[in-house]
Amino acid sequence: MSSSKNALDKADNKALVGIDKTAKEVYDKALKGQKPQLKMPVRSLSNVRYKDKTGFLELRNQYKTRTLTYNTVKGFAQTLKMMSASKELIDTNDHASKREMYYISKNWGPARFDEQPESDTVMDDIEAMMCVNREQLRFLPEEKGGEVAGQLIVIDKDRDTGKALKIDCTGFGSGAYSIPISVEHLQFQTKAKFILCIETAGMFQRLVAHNYWRKANCILISMGGVPTRATRRFVRRLADAMKMPVYTFVDGDPYGVANIYRTLKVGSGNAAHINEFFCVPTATFMGITPQDVIDYKLPTHPLKEVDIKRAKDALKNDPFFKFHKPWVKAVEQMIASGVRAEQQALAKHGLNYVMDEYLPQKLKHPDRFLP
Amino acid sequence: MGKRKQVLKITDENEEKSTKKRPAPQGELFQKIEPRLKIKRSEEEDPSEEDEKLAKASGSKAKSKSKKGFKPENAESLARRQREISVSEFFAKNRHLLGFDNPKKALLTTVKEAVDNSLDACEEAGILPTITVKLKRLSAKIAEPTEEEAKENAKGKKRMPAATERYHLSIEDNGPGIVKEQIPKIFGKLLYGSKFHRLKMSRGQQGIGISAAGMYGHMTTGKPMQITSKLPKKPKAYFVELVIDTKTNKPDVLKEIDLDWPHESSSGTKVEITLEGRYQRGRQSIDEFILQNTLSNPHAEFHFVDPDGQKFDYPRKTDDLPPAPTEIKPHPYGVELGRFHQMVADTHAKTMKKFLTSEFSRVSEKVADEIFKTASLKDFSLSNPRPEQVNKIHEAIPKVAIMSPPTDCIVPIGEKLLTETLRYQTKADFYTSVTRSPSVYRGNPFIVECALAYGGELSGEEAMSVYRFANRVPLQFQPSACATMRVLTKLDWKKYGLNQPKNSLPVGPVAILIHIASVWVPFTSESKEAIADYPEIKQEIRLAVLECGRQLSLHVSRSRRAAEAARKANYIDTYIPFIGEALQEMLKISDQQRDKVISTLRSTLEKSKLEG
Repeated sequence: MSSSKNALDKADNKALVGIDKTAKEVYDKALKGQKPQLKMPVRSLSNVRYKDKTGFLELRNQYKTRTLTYNTVKGFAQTLKMMSASKELIDTNDHASKREMYYISKNWGPARFDEQPESDTVMDDIEAMMCVNREQLRFLPEEKGGEVAGQLIVIDKDRDTGKALKIDCTGFGSGAYSIPISVEHLQFQTKAKFILCIETAGMFQRLVAHNYWRKANCILISMGGVPTRATRRFVRRLADAMKMPVYTFVDGDPYGVANIYRTLKVGSGNAAHINEFFCVPTATFMGITPQDVIDYKLPTHPLKEVDIKRAKDALKNDPFFKFHKPWVKAVEQMIASGVRAEQQALAKHGLNYVMDEYLPQKLKHPDRFLP
Repeated sequence: MGKRKQVLKITDENEEKSTKKRPAPQGELFQKIEPRLKIKRSEEEDPSEEDEKLAKASGSKAKSKSKKGFKPENAESLARRQREISVSEFFAKNRHLLGFDNPKKALLTTVKEAVDNSLDACEEAGILPTITVKLKRLSAKIAEPTEEEAKENAKGKKRMPAATERYHLSIEDNGPGIVKEQIPKIFGKLLYGSKFHRLKMSRGQQGIGISAAGMYGHMTTGKPMQITSKLPKKPKAYFVELVIDTKTNKPDVLKEIDLDWPHESSSGTKVEITLEGRYQRGRQSIDEFILQNTLSNPHAEFHFVDPDGQKFDYPRKTDDLPPAPTEIKPHPYGVELGRFHQMVADTHAKTMKKFLTSEFSRVSEKVADEIFKTASLKDFSLSNPRPEQVNKIHEAIPKVAIMSPPTDCIVPIGEKLLTETLRYQTKADFYTSVTRSPSVYRGNPFIVECALAYGGELSGEEAMSVYRFANRVPLQFQPSACATMRVLTKLDWKKYGLNQPKNSLPVGPVAILIHIASVWVPFTSESKEAIADYPEIKQEIRLAVLECGRQLSLHVSRSRRAAEAARKANYIDTYIPFIGEALQEMLKISDQQRDKVISTLRSTLEKSKLEG
């Protein structure tokens, strides 16, 4: 308990130090009659590299400098105001959701944000500038964190009493445990053999409805598209703590591969400064592979233009895919086939085919999963 | 149109033209007042040709009339109806050519002709002009038809002729007066005057205007024209009442007496005409005409008494008469073959060389020799010249380099005065003007001047206002037929930030004044409302407008830059306080420190903005 409090203090400290340092630099330069600058890493895939040893997309050293000029004066004022808001939140041990932050800015007169995406962008900038996580700045995302069902006890704490609170993820019936926005304080107990991360809520529901987790002795996690930071962090902490393998089960299309799986495993290009903690380098890719489409005679849809572009982009620009030969082959195969197949296409062979045939067959050979 | 020195020879049967033996395919008049008068001309020259035309016309008419009982004409029967048309008859029928198309315009044209004459006369005599225009309504005022009435009228099958008003107009000046014997000819004869045959910048040119006005008055009211004139040396003024005999284009003097001159001035002329007309204020009104005249003639004093008895006084703004324009001889480049022959016929010179050097400007002995050389001719006597020889000389002229005509004969209004003129008419932010160097069309020197106003109280929603002047006379009608308009609508105004519908005047807060001064301003018609489309003139107008446009561009970009700078400064000021505020919150600095950082940042950015 106390150790996690220390960790929190440390995280707060990093954010506070970063804010103070940045503010001081701006102030000093301004008084000298120079134009203040804000420096932050470039947030894009072009500024990350992949090393198999560390296993995540790690930030390179490209920085962009925003100098205070006529054109940047508004953004500059907004950034500093938001930094100040963050400091205030840390000082008062409070939080604000991204949406709330947007509404707080409505007090800033002409410097207010007109739309939330503007305020979100500034938030991402500050995060990258300080090299901290959004949560360390005390800003919370709106999106839900994903759902969990299976052989897992999550140990949380009671908000009022601070007492440990054991949550049994087998006990939600036809429902599931929701991953909270902040997961750093959670502890785990489990005897499950692996974690299965599932793209769609539909597939998750089918497996939960039949208590597949019991049959396979696993933990099921519904990502609902690209996993949120909380989901990634939750899976990471769980996998690290329990030394469990993580298998990924997504649609056999470029989005499932290059966006959902890649982000889960190695993080994103946009928030690369936090990838180290917010990804699951041990995750592997179970399916649907392009080969599955053939082996299981799955019904397909043609790849759209945007799919092909995404796949080609992964081969060309994504350091993760470029590194792994099997992935290059798989993506090339997908492009060549010109088709994609959804998880739920397995229903063609019967609604329970996925539980009775596909998953058992695949899980016999985790060594054949794509990296 | 004051008509003083010379007598025009064309239409008077009792003139000596019959004694001329040499062919004159085109008379002087037709060279200048081009095609409309050619009917008359060709009749004089070659009656047979005209006969044919008439025969054709009447023949076709007759055919269409009826098939039964149609009795074809023969040459003899046609000949019985063929007769000469006097210029007066011609214009009486075609009064629209002279600007008498409707009652409103007729009234204004009459004022215009009289005022032009008065100003010309005063200036030529070196007198500072004082002109009084009085307009009295003799009939009841006719109310404008309401919209409904107008609609009803347009629908109705029985159409009554529109009712008109009747006015008594008097225009009085302090000019040199007119010699008694000349009065009937000047006022009672069309195409009689002093200004047609010379090349000198003046308002009047043709010798038609005032007599046509009198004729119009007589035709519409039956009242004669009344002229009172006083010469400086005579103790008494004399009074003449006359009408034009349109059949013969001759004055018919009804009354002639001596009178006391009731004015301070030692000389002067007063013209009174009773006519049908219509007085309206606003655009194309007499009020506007006089106002514009005060602008282009700051040395003239105007008084105007309108039909409601309101008196308007416009004192002169300067006691300096504009420099008197000098008269020039024609430049050989601009003289067409017909006119050349006519000049050869009219000259007193004994030899061709003498003729060339004495009757033309810029022809020295050397130039004349050059012309002979080019024509492969030697100097020859003009006592009985062979037409081929004359033709050869004429052909050779354009092949010889001859200096441009002298241009000191033209007196521009001047850039300063032009700007002032426009300033009276408009309340704008920005004025510019330009007086171009003289140029030449058809051998006639001319100068184009342009002034431009922009911004201020000028409406941004309306098309550009255009003020046109020719030899200081405001042009109020037929803008679309005018060379100025053709140039203005063809220019690209969008680059000055104005909207411009295709082939139209730009829309925006801009007004323009264009003055064309020449020894002979080429009008599209005798009513002198629009300037003809000579390429040389259009080019000069274009260049003048573009020159003003360049200044406008500078002004627009200057003010745009200033507005941009103000906007930027304002933008910076909007956001910098928040930077100070945020720093204060984060660093817990004092209000003083906060204000200091704000002001320092502001000046840092202001500086860099200027550099940028």
